[in-house]
Amino acid sequence: MRLEPIANPSPARRLGLPALALVATLGVAMLLALVAGANPFAILGQIATGALGSKLAILETLNRATPLIFTGLAIAVAFRAKLWNIGAEAQLYAGAIMAVVLGTGALGSPLVLPVSALAAMLAGAALLLGPVLLKTRLGVDEVVTTLLLNFIMLLFVSYLLEGPMKDPMGMGWPKSTPLIPEARLPRLVEGLRLHWGFALAIIAAVIVWVIQTRTTLGFEIRAVGQNPEAARFAGMPVNAVMVKTALLSGGLAALAGWSEVAGLKGHLSSDLSPGFGYTGIIVAMLALLHPLGVVVTAIFVAGIFVGSDAMSRAAGVPTYIADMLLATALLFMVLAILLTKVRVVRG
Amino acid sequence: MSAGQEAEVVLRLDRISKSFGALKANDAVSLTLRRGEVVALLGENGAGKTTLMNILFGHYVADEGEVQVFGQPLPPGNPRAALAAGVGMVHQHFTLAGNLTVLDNIRLGTEGLWSRSHSGARDKVERLSRDFGLAVHPDAKVGRLSVGERQRVEILKALYRDARILILDEPTAVLTPQESDALFATLRKATALGLSVIFISHKLHEVMAIADRCVVLRHGRVVGEVDTQTTDKGALAALMVGGELSLPRAEARVAGPVLMRLDGVSTPDRGAAPGLKAVTLDLRAGQITGLAGVSGNGQAALAEIVGGLALPASGRIVLKDTPVTRWSPGEALARGVARIPEDRHHQGSIADFDLTENAVLEGYRTRFSRRGWMNWRAARAFAEGIIKGYDVRCPGPDTRIRLLSGGNMQKLILGRAMAPGPEVILANQPVRGLDVGAIAYVQSQLIAARDRGAAVLLISEDLDEIMGLSDVIHVMSQGRLSPGFTRGTMTAAELGLWMAGQKFGDADAA
Repeated sequence: MRLEPIANPSPARRLGLPALALVATLGVAMLLALVAGANPFAILGQIATGALGSKLAILETLNRATPLIFTGLAIAVAFRAKLWNIGAEAQLYAGAIMAVVLGTGALGSPLVLPVSALAAMLAGAALLLGPVLLKTRLGVDEVVTTLLLNFIMLLFVSYLLEGPMKDPMGMGWPKSTPLIPEARLPRLVEGLRLHWGFALAIIAAVIVWVIQTRTTLGFEIRAVGQNPEAARFAGMPVNAVMVKTALLSGGLAALAGWSEVAGLKGHLSSDLSPGFGYTGIIVAMLALLHPLGVVVTAIFVAGIFVGSDAMSRAAGVPTYIADMLLATALLFMVLAILLTKVRVVRG
Repeated sequence: MSAGQEAEVVLRLDRISKSFGALKANDAVSLTLRRGEVVALLGENGAGKTTLMNILFGHYVADEGEVQVFGQPLPPGNPRAALAAGVGMVHQHFTLAGNLTVLDNIRLGTEGLWSRSHSGARDKVERLSRDFGLAVHPDAKVGRLSVGERQRVEILKALYRDARILILDEPTAVLTPQESDALFATLRKATALGLSVIFISHKLHEVMAIADRCVVLRHGRVVGEVDTQTTDKGALAALMVGGELSLPRAEARVAGPVLMRLDGVSTPDRGAAPGLKAVTLDLRAGQITGLAGVSGNGQAALAEIVGGLALPASGRIVLKDTPVTRWSPGEALARGVARIPEDRHHQGSIADFDLTENAVLEGYRTRFSRRGWMNWRAARAFAEGIIKGYDVRCPGPDTRIRLLSGGNMQKLILGRAMAPGPEVILANQPVRGLDVGAIAYVQSQLIAARDRGAAVLLISEDLDEIMGLSDVIHVMSQGRLSPGFTRGTMTAAELGLWMAGQKFGDADAA
């Protein structure tokens, strides 16, 4: 068996294969449900209704999509330049910490929201600055450094929540002092749970898209990612582009944490993120690193999580099914994308 | 050599046709190959040579036509069948694992996962390398071998699999003249032992030297099939491009002031590649300075210095009497130094970028953007200008550059380099791997730039090219630079002595 490149894949191939991947994912989901001892069709229905079945469900899905859009954008930006930022989780917590530091009385309205957002971005960017400088100066693998920073950051957050940031009124729970009302992101529509973070995430996606397609920095990022040798030969400051990419990526990931604290939770706890930084990788890969695609895949992934929660309550099937679903979706999608470009030939 | 018309036909391609969309890559191409014969497959880039060989080898399935090997039809689309039938191919880009030994590379893919019969394989490889004059140590790591030696491993690999028909795709493109001669000696031994060879090339003098017959392709059709005994280079070139064509020769001109000077420049050695040894070189306006030398004697280091990719460890770079203090690719471009890189695929272009994006790679900051915003409209117009002005054959500026032939890719790079009106032009192997038509075009553009008053540094391993174009010739050997010789004062043989490094010894002793 060999792979033969296809010069001009037909539209049927380009659209049909990803669709087939989704169908295959559903098949695996049903198989898993069967193994868990439930009715497969009922389970799919429950996931769908749980994610989209009511206004409340849809808003919950969009709320859950918000941090995923930010981390997905962070990954998409970095991966486009072949900067393998696996540390979005740490950058997310850096942003969350800044939301608490500036949002618990240090600043008042109207400054607190813009300033804390900016501070969050700077903190996230700063966290990725070390790994990227080590990479460009010394050739240290950023996969290792950014991944390890995730654990360091999580322990640092635990320390903060047990010490300096601990809420004195928290009945001993490891959570921070709550934000003052002026530091909270308002609801997008009065009376509904969806907050402004979602709108900001979409604006961020549009801005990233414009940067990538319309600016010199975007041109440089794509060139450096595709062929750093040619970029350097053409006079591009390859290392500076890498550093700028890192700052942008870290800043975007930090906004995920900032918007979760300021928009949804109102305080920091060490379970703020159930792995949004890592799930962002899936979101970005499914979107083929396209910033507007990230919005779509983030909502899709969020829907699976929210739907699985609801299904789990109704059917008693563990929510781990969501993780397995996403993993299979990613694998099938990667395979489908490969098969749009090549065909398998026997012999 | 007389293969004799009676010799057995080992390979017959019968009216092979293959289309890619609207493009007919092969149009009823027929070819026969006899035992003990070398047939050259000649044609410009895009003439359909590679498609034809890919069909023979089972990588593509022909729309029409049949392939017969030793009288048996070959099942289409099956490379294993081609291998089993005794067809071996040596690609232009080698398919070897650098971290394995020569022996392991040769055995790779021929034996089962668990078989461990080493000694038989070793004996066979040693016998083959003796019989065919392919000297290479079976236990050497391939990563440490020279390009010529790697090619020998590829040929041994094909022979080890009992190939009776060898297809060599542009085998001399990566070889020094001496290595090419060694390859030809091997091919003569192979045909004497009854093998048959298809030799793909655009180098006419090699085709004349090694081939018995020559099949010329143009636009996917066979336009001529001639005995090399009864033809000459001019006639073959005319067949290839469809008309008479002669390579440009530059007439001598009076040189202007020095535009760029390297003043005692040295760089550190890099592994086996020597650095520059106190090189002093003047590049004058209105002059083509040719740099001759066997590959790997410091030309790459010199090109990096001139092009802004490296800084001298000692010595100075002087541009128009001003020593440069900051030096980088961007700085070189800003100071009017244009570069045509040696490796147009990896350095000169970004494969998955379209022609517009590749055209503005060097000028996007200064000419195609404002305050950080790209002006894609201007960029596209610029690319269209290059496509028109430099005759880049392509569907349009939105085409990804990886789909272009080498010649058209080089024309785009040339147009990009010439656009800002450079004063100094570094042309590093500007015509390597190109077909005759593209070579003539690129060379005439370099001459035109010289006539406009640019200082051109031409680096080439092809002595004919250097002697045909250069006003002044320098030779590099082991990182040292010879004095400049005015055109016509040196024979190729004398330059050859400098290239071999012997004359440097004389100069040191004196």
